[in-house]
Amino acid sequence: MEALFAVLVGIFFAAALYLMMSKHIIRVLLGVVLLGNAVNLLLFTAGRLTAEVPPIIPAGSDTLAMSAANPLPQALILTAIVISFSFFCFLLVLTYRAYQDLGTDDTDDMRVAEPKDEPMPPMGY
Amino acid sequence: MMATSSTPIDLSLALVMDPATAGQWLAILPMGLCLGIGALLMMIRHRITWHPPVALAGLALLVLVDVLLLSKVLADGPLTMMMGRWRPPFGIAITVDLTGALLALAAAIVAFAGALYAEVDIDNSGRRYGFYPLLMVLMAGVSGAFLTGDIFNLYVWFEVLLISSFGLLILGSEREQIDGALKYAVLNLIATTLFLIAVGYLYAIFGTLNMADIALKAPELSGSAPLMTLSALFVLAFSMKAAAFPVNFWLPASYHTPRVVVSALFAGLLTKVGVYALLRVMVMLLPIEREALSLIIAIVAALTMILGAMGALAQTDIRRFMGYIVIAGIGNMMAGIAIGGDMAVGAAIFYALHSILLMTALYLVMGEAARIGGSFSLSKLAGLWTSTPAFAALSLALFFAASGLPPFSGFWPKALLVKASLDIGAWWLAGSVLLSGFLCTIGFGRLFLLAYWRPALATGPEATLAASGQVTFVPPPPVPRTSLWRSAPILLLSGFVVWFGLFPDPLIVVSQQAAAGLSDPTAYILSVFPEKAAP
Repeated sequence: MEALFAVLVGIFFAAALYLMMSKHIIRVLLGVVLLGNAVNLLLFTAGRLTAEVPPIIPAGSDTLAMSAANPLPQALILTAIVISFSFFCFLLVLTYRAYQDLGTDDTDDMRVAEPKDEPMPPMGY
Repeated sequence: MMATSSTPIDLSLALVMDPATAGQWLAILPMGLCLGIGALLMMIRHRITWHPPVALAGLALLVLVDVLLLSKVLADGPLTMMMGRWRPPFGIAITVDLTGALLALAAAIVAFAGALYAEVDIDNSGRRYGFYPLLMVLMAGVSGAFLTGDIFNLYVWFEVLLISSFGLLILGSEREQIDGALKYAVLNLIATTLFLIAVGYLYAIFGTLNMADIALKAPELSGSAPLMTLSALFVLAFSMKAAAFPVNFWLPASYHTPRVVVSALFAGLLTKVGVYALLRVMVMLLPIEREALSLIIAIVAALTMILGAMGALAQTDIRRFMGYIVIAGIGNMMAGIAIGGDMAVGAAIFYALHSILLMTALYLVMGEAARIGGSFSLSKLAGLWTSTPAFAALSLALFFAASGLPPFSGFWPKALLVKASLDIGAWWLAGSVLLSGFLCTIGFGRLFLLAYWRPALATGPEATLAASGQVTFVPPPPVPRTSLWRSAPILLLSGFVVWFGLFPDPLIVVSQQAAAGLSDPTAYILSVFPEKAAP
């Protein structure tokens, strides 16, 4: 099960990196959201994938009877999911505004803040 | 099924600590204060006239709390508060050591100065969009990152400061801002995601997220676990946050677009959080791996400082010029981390403190220069020396400090860095610190020559008369009136720069002490685990 998930995480990372190398900002965004999910899945897998075994120590003993999934990575992912989801929403709105205002979704043409042929500073006076 | 309930041990008692003392509450107060006032400002968001006084009072209180915290840490050593009274390493720890307390205090002073300047720089629409609440949340994120003792908590504070910085960056929604913010947002989000991957691996290896616990376990695990991969990931993620050379391009793309006070706060605070995280994770938690990676970090540092200074030389816009100066400074701090040892790490901490105060002051000065001279472009800005001599003298002092010339604060950490790198035989690193300082001096010299010494470029009918030789004297344009809101923050920050330059001894001693606390984290660990004390 873990091996299968490890391969899946690898595919997620590969797709995310491929998309993020695009010039088009919407693909970059899809890459970013895939990257976030790849990380979440990675953490989830790292915390063991045992279903239906609660990590509860029975009364009278000091350790778990059998190996159970670690709940802490799942708590971490919950935090990370909320954060990455809200960031993705913000980025989507920002990208749409950029498309409206700059008239392009090609990062090569987004040169408003950094003009292409900026004059050199004066050499003397 | 009958459970063996014959032993009714209440384990919950064993997991809970005594209630926190008043002194321990101080550790969480900076974040609580900022978030509370930020929330209050959101509730009264329509009463925009109340925003500045409430935010200023809150930030003044924050400075006070950070001063108390620093004095307590100086007197008693690191201070820990466990959230929810859970025993470490199960609960989230807020652990304040000297490095964190120093940087948090510098950040609070800068935020207070920024809020003073914002009184005149942020118009009513900016206030309605929530400048002050965002500023308070930004400070919560920055203080939290400096003071936390839990590495996942550090990630959360990174995200808190990141989302509020997005809000501040696009305040005004101009085309330039949207362009800059998009690049800033995407690249910073990728950097924090890399950090999250590293945190996941870290938990997989150590089984804990508490920094003191990691510092305890790191030496025994260093040979047996893939800590080197982990360290490389941390270095990449934090270098991206700090804007070190191959991953620095988000900074010059965005820092010149927002309001002057926002640029000033970003230049002072955000990159330094990345440097702080590098210090905390590489110097304190993974010292053996830092040693192994030191050559790579040193090369990155040298490239960052030299290419940052060269980038500055090519700029016409004075705000973009300052953006590259920020990057050159990051190179110096990373050099300190690469060299290692208390002297170099202490110099990096000193440089970070100096850079927080100085870069904010420099951006505010650039804002004032553009207001008086009418442009941010070096080809139009001129004549500031004749129109405002006192302001020009103050600017020159800050330029000296940024170039690393005595007697201002930039000189001392650079001198320490050069000495430390010569001590370990890295002459090329010492040479790049000096070369970077030299290139910055040329850049600042040209800035001063063109914007300050050059006679005002006359426009209008007088100019044509002067050109044709009929009139020899062209009256300079009237100087806009200044106000206390504009001059007070610049004077406050410049005061620190001059003070640290003239009397560097106390700060050198304290920053070396902070560096010693990072390289030998015994006191830090004992503050979290008092029972680990040797009998």
